Amino acid sequence: MSLLELNGVHAYYGAIEALKGVTLTVEEGEIVSLIGSNGAGKSTTLKAICGQVNTTGTIRFNGTEMSSLPPHQAALEGIAHVPEGRRIFPRLTVKENLEMGAFSVGDKKVIKQRMERVFDHFPRLRERLTQTGGTMSGGEQQMLAIGRAMMMQPRILLLDEPSMGLAPIIVEQIFEIIQQLNREGMTVLLVEQNAFQALQIAHRGYVMQTGEILMEDQAELLLANELVKEAYLA
Amino acid sequence: MEMILQTLPQVLVDGLTLGAVYAVVAIGYTMVYGILEFINFAHGEIFMTGAFVGTAALLTMNSAGWLTGLPAGLAYFLILATAMLSTGLLGIGIERVAYRPLRRAPKLISLISAIGVSFLLQDIVRFIADIRTGNFIVTGISLYGENLKLGASFVWSGFDDAFLKTNTIIVVAVAVVLMVGLDFFVNRTKWGTAMRAVAQDRETASLMSINVNKVIALTFFIGSALGGGTGVLFAQQYGTIDPYIGFILGMKAFTAAVLGGIGNIRGAMFGGLFIGVLEMFSSANLSVITGGALGGEYKDVVAFLILIAVLIFKPEGLFGKAVKEKV
Repeated sequence: MSLLELNGVHAYYGAIEALKGVTLTVEEGEIVSLIGSNGAGKSTTLKAICGQVNTTGTIRFNGTEMSSLPPHQAALEGIAHVPEGRRIFPRLTVKENLEMGAFSVGDKKVIKQRMERVFDHFPRLRERLTQTGGTMSGGEQQMLAIGRAMMMQPRILLLDEPSMGLAPIIVEQIFEIIQQLNREGMTVLLVEQNAFQALQIAHRGYVMQTGEILMEDQAELLLANELVKEAYLA
Repeated sequence: MEMILQTLPQVLVDGLTLGAVYAVVAIGYTMVYGILEFINFAHGEIFMTGAFVGTAALLTMNSAGWLTGLPAGLAYFLILATAMLSTGLLGIGIERVAYRPLRRAPKLISLISAIGVSFLLQDIVRFIADIRTGNFIVTGISLYGENLKLGASFVWSGFDDAFLKTNTIIVVAVAVVLMVGLDFFVNRTKWGTAMRAVAQDRETASLMSINVNKVIALTFFIGSALGGGTGVLFAQQYGTIDPYIGFILGMKAFTAAVLGGIGNIRGAMFGGLFIGVLEMFSSANLSVITGGALGGEYKDVVAFLILIAVLIFKPEGLFGKAVKEKV
């Protein structure tokens, strides 16, 4: 059984059909990249997994059917979603942002331990503990958003455009950290417009177009694929 | 000028008392706005309902003969607790029935629903009060009505002495306790932080496993309980209540919330005190200042002129956050 299984998922924003039968799987321990142009439905796929859009079809996570659960339930099941644009709480401090990641955890000691682990990956956040999130740079905000997700100690990390709007050197760092987390056992589903870098760190990849999966393959095969090269890597 | 100074101690005593009431009621407006971006216009009526519930509880205890054996402080505490609990639950109920189904609708629709709830509460309270007492204007029992004198003239001979009731001190003290308690809750506890998180980004908060509906219900409970508790203080302070006291008081508390920056809790506290003192100052001095052209009864106009001025010149309020965020 795969950790995450989407089968024939349709998603709707009002009357608009944003996903037209998406089927994909993510195995435990993988990095899977979902690439495609703007508006292809990549973000919607992540939102569907977290119950933030109306869907039909089946979405199974760790054997649990997700589509009927309320949005706050996804995190409790072990899904951490780092949304597009990072969406940190701008007027909460860095510490409060991280604490919100561990909202379902009652034990203060556990929260402390997890926070230490976040600081091991992002030492910068320790220095900014009392600063409000909105005053930080884009790169720092992205680190905070990933750190906040790590506070959930999730079974899977959904990352939506983590490279958006960041300087190339920061993007490099972020991708480095994603790989490192994966080596420590974290399963990752990565949505990116930056297809080249996303496929470079992934095990497998899916290519999306207008709400449908166009291709699915090993990441290195997609990187070598002429069609993909022409459409997304040029 | 001399006359203004003479009455200043009394103006400050009365103004801060009324201001404390406005401040706590204003918190209810600002909390709900902060989280839903919607003005809960029924909040003034929740304050009024609290005043009636507290008064009814007191009258019931009295007719059952319990009041004689009970220390006044305990009786006060009991009616406050009863009123706060019932208005808190009332707030949750109103949100569930009248606002939640409309959460995705345009804000105007919820606003109309809130106005409907206001009328409903006014009429229900009027109906019950009429049946129970034969009159919808109810005079309660004053628990701490003793008169005190503040010897301000002793400090400076240009001041007149100020008069107050023991209850005045209670009003201010309870209001301060409620405000400090709330401030601590919102800024220092996990659920308070969750409340701020939901106010800033509801969708992302739900990704953190925060149950947004629960947080909204909690917000309504707290805001309404504060409003209802203040109603009891008001009833004790001013003696007579009717089902329509919530309207104008609610409007002024709303003005206070706008003045402090709607959504900003500390701003609402300041705004309430400011409006209270200003109102009492105008009431005492308008005719002196305008040479008799305007009487003290124009005090309400002053409060609403401020509302208009704030909305025109500084719509984000004195302590409002400028809406500027990095993306």
